[in-house]
Amino acid sequence: MDLFIAIFTGTIIAATPLIFAALGELVVEKSGVLNLGIEGMMLVGAAVGVWVSYAGLPMPLAIMSAAAAGALASLLFGVLALTFLTNQYAAGLSLTIFGTGVSAVIGKGFGSAPIDALIPLEIPFLTEIPVIGPLFFNYDPLVYFSFIMFGLISWFLYKTKAGLVVRTIGESPESSHAIGYPVIKIRYLAVMFGGAMAGLGGAYLSLAYTPLWVENMTAGKGWISLALVVFAAWRPARILFGAWLFGSMTILQLQGQALGISLPSEVLSSLPYIATIVVLVVISKNWQFLALNFPTSLAKPFRPAE
Amino acid sequence: MPSFREIQEELPNVLETNMTPRLELRHICKRYPGVIANDDVSLSIMPGEIHAVLGENGAGKSTLMKIIYGAIRADEGEMVFDGNPIASHGPSVSRALGIEMVYQHFALFESVSVVENIALSVSGKFDLTVLANRVRDVSKKYGLPIDPHRFVYNLSVGERQRVEIVRCLMQKPKLLILDEPTSVLTPQAVIKLFETLRQLAAEGCSILYISHKLDEVQVLCDSATVLRNGLITGTAKPKQSTPIELARMMVGADLPETHLDPSTTSDTPFLNVNHLTAPSDNPFGISLNDVLLSVFGGEVVGIAGVSGNGQAELISFLSGEVLFKGADTITLGGKDVGQLDAGYRREQGLAFVPEERLGRGAVPPHHLSDNAMLTGHRLGMVKNWMIQRGKANDFAAQIIRKFNVKTTGYESAANSLSGGNLQKFIVGREIELGPKVLIISQPTWGVDVGAAAFIRQALIDLSRTGAAVLIISEELDELFEVCDRLYVICQGQLSKSLDRKNTNVEEVGLLMTGLNNNSNSDNSKAV
Repeated sequence: MDLFIAIFTGTIIAATPLIFAALGELVVEKSGVLNLGIEGMMLVGAAVGVWVSYAGLPMPLAIMSAAAAGALASLLFGVLALTFLTNQYAAGLSLTIFGTGVSAVIGKGFGSAPIDALIPLEIPFLTEIPVIGPLFFNYDPLVYFSFIMFGLISWFLYKTKAGLVVRTIGESPESSHAIGYPVIKIRYLAVMFGGAMAGLGGAYLSLAYTPLWVENMTAGKGWISLALVVFAAWRPARILFGAWLFGSMTILQLQGQALGISLPSEVLSSLPYIATIVVLVVISKNWQFLALNFPTSLAKPFRPAE
Repeated sequence: MPSFREIQEELPNVLETNMTPRLELRHICKRYPGVIANDDVSLSIMPGEIHAVLGENGAGKSTLMKIIYGAIRADEGEMVFDGNPIASHGPSVSRALGIEMVYQHFALFESVSVVENIALSVSGKFDLTVLANRVRDVSKKYGLPIDPHRFVYNLSVGERQRVEIVRCLMQKPKLLILDEPTSVLTPQAVIKLFETLRQLAAEGCSILYISHKLDEVQVLCDSATVLRNGLITGTAKPKQSTPIELARMMVGADLPETHLDPSTTSDTPFLNVNHLTAPSDNPFGISLNDVLLSVFGGEVVGIAGVSGNGQAELISFLSGEVLFKGADTITLGGKDVGQLDAGYRREQGLAFVPEERLGRGAVPPHHLSDNAMLTGHRLGMVKNWMIQRGKANDFAAQIIRKFNVKTTGYESAANSLSGGNLQKFIVGREIELGPKVLIISQPTWGVDVGAAAFIRQALIDLSRTGAAVLIISEELDELFEVCDRLYVICQGQLSKSLDRKNTNVEEVGLLMTGLNNNSNSDNSKAV
């Protein structure tokens, strides 16, 4: 039972940074913008989070600074891709490179100094329930916040007018402009929201998951988040399941020995990636579902007619 | 709903009692690099008036309407609405004033429902249930049946237009702009649309009706402004003018005519489609259902139909862009080609002119010589893997000369040519290949009258030399002008063959709506 609880909670925790980053990217892509800079923004968020925490400021401030830093970094992409209509792939890639570099520079200040970690919340009564308590009520606040964000984003995209506007801009910025919506402004907001969420994902890694700063500590999680959005066919609930799938693979790989799996560690550590590819291939067969949810204008530069 | 006669009687009163024009344009100018879209355009429209803006493709009509709606800005000139001058404005300001516009290419979103589409342009609380009821009310009042909860990708083009119009009517507009609204409608649907528009005008709404179709303007409109090359060339009361007078203002010359000589056809079909059934796995696509089609050498055959009824799917099977996995379904000169690609089919004597000139018919930034070589390379322009530049240039020059393409030479880029001239070049290129079968989609879409007549005559002449010509077009007038036989496509089904001499616009129109197809689906679907 303890092993099951360890795998279950481990999965939830490992999935959290992916959920933040992928949900943010979902909103960005739904508005028709492809930001390949998630990895960079996560790193910036992770480094800034540790920096603020290392400076002795309270944890909530560290988390908010990480989100703000992610949003600020995304603005760089926004200016290139939305104002100057640079190729979005190139702008996103350069943001990743930029973010990797900047986060390393920030990290120079405190090396691998240990910091106070974000600790699980003690919820009266609930946490103490046997099995249920450790399974569901023994997480740090950011885990719960990721679920709140999931609910908020699903509600926003599919139940509010603003969400409808975001989705329709992603389908046709030309038509949205024609009926009078400020396409560029809304895309900027979406991009910055995505940046803030990636920053949170990064902060989760450096403040909760492994509470210290290591250069390049995201180790490809930004790219997995990007793949998750596609694998989820641009639906929020599928992102959640996808993140759990990757999380469980990561934990299984770590717990492989305890479970008595005698596969070479190289094979185990490649499992999450292999799973992505397989699932991607399977999911892309459903043409109809994809066509309905795919933001048609994705990565296409848009300039309003004059 | 008041009867048609009552509306006609009410109309003069509306015009007399309210003397402030609903909209006045004064000296509007709009320049783009290399072209003046609108040059000193002024017009005025009264409440309840239906005013036509007539002009050929490229005359500047759409630009003018977008300026009124605020989607683009004029360089000079002023606009007065209900007596108040309007400074520079965007679409949201226009909508607040009561100006609504139905675009020629609709501004609808495919992946969301009808009511969500409408919610995007309606202010107020975001409550889709309440809004859906309002949509039902408006659509009932104006006889425009739509189901608010259907997804737009499921709707036919005619239904989409209804959604656009209902979307405008939800705002109780004072001025409704319609840009070429009938180009996607069957003749019967046009009559219904005109009833709706007259009802609106009777309620005091002014209507700006953009068109290049003289007969429609004469039936519907109280007054007309004619544009040519961005300039006003005249104003008229269409009901009191003759089509010839209007055409002269619009074209600057008399309308050219085409000559359809009697044909002698081959014994066996050059192109044959035998029970082609192809389900579409794309929700935005159309499934083809048991298509039977044959085109003989020496004749021009047309496929009529509202676009989006399976034309694109059928064409891609015929051209070889999509292969058909089935034996003896598509034959070219008696040979089964269903599983052979476009290049092979071209070697067998097939030529093809797609609907999209830039990007599919020609590579936009490349010069005409390169573009001529795209399909002409089989005529000895490539030798030992090397391009014979001289031969390619000669071929391009020959097309330019024979087809009267207005350009500075074969070194001009394809996208520097006007629509009509580029179309002449592409059609010329395919005809010069000496094809046995020519398939051409929307041959004169967006082409000026002179070039359109030239292209139509070239197609007839090609068939009279023994080739089989298949035209897919939305323009019924065009098909009746050039075709020996006609088919009608509706919801992926092709009608039986109709002899042009023994059919008429009404019969073809009914087939376009699927009413004669004996299908059990909702009849309104295709209207």
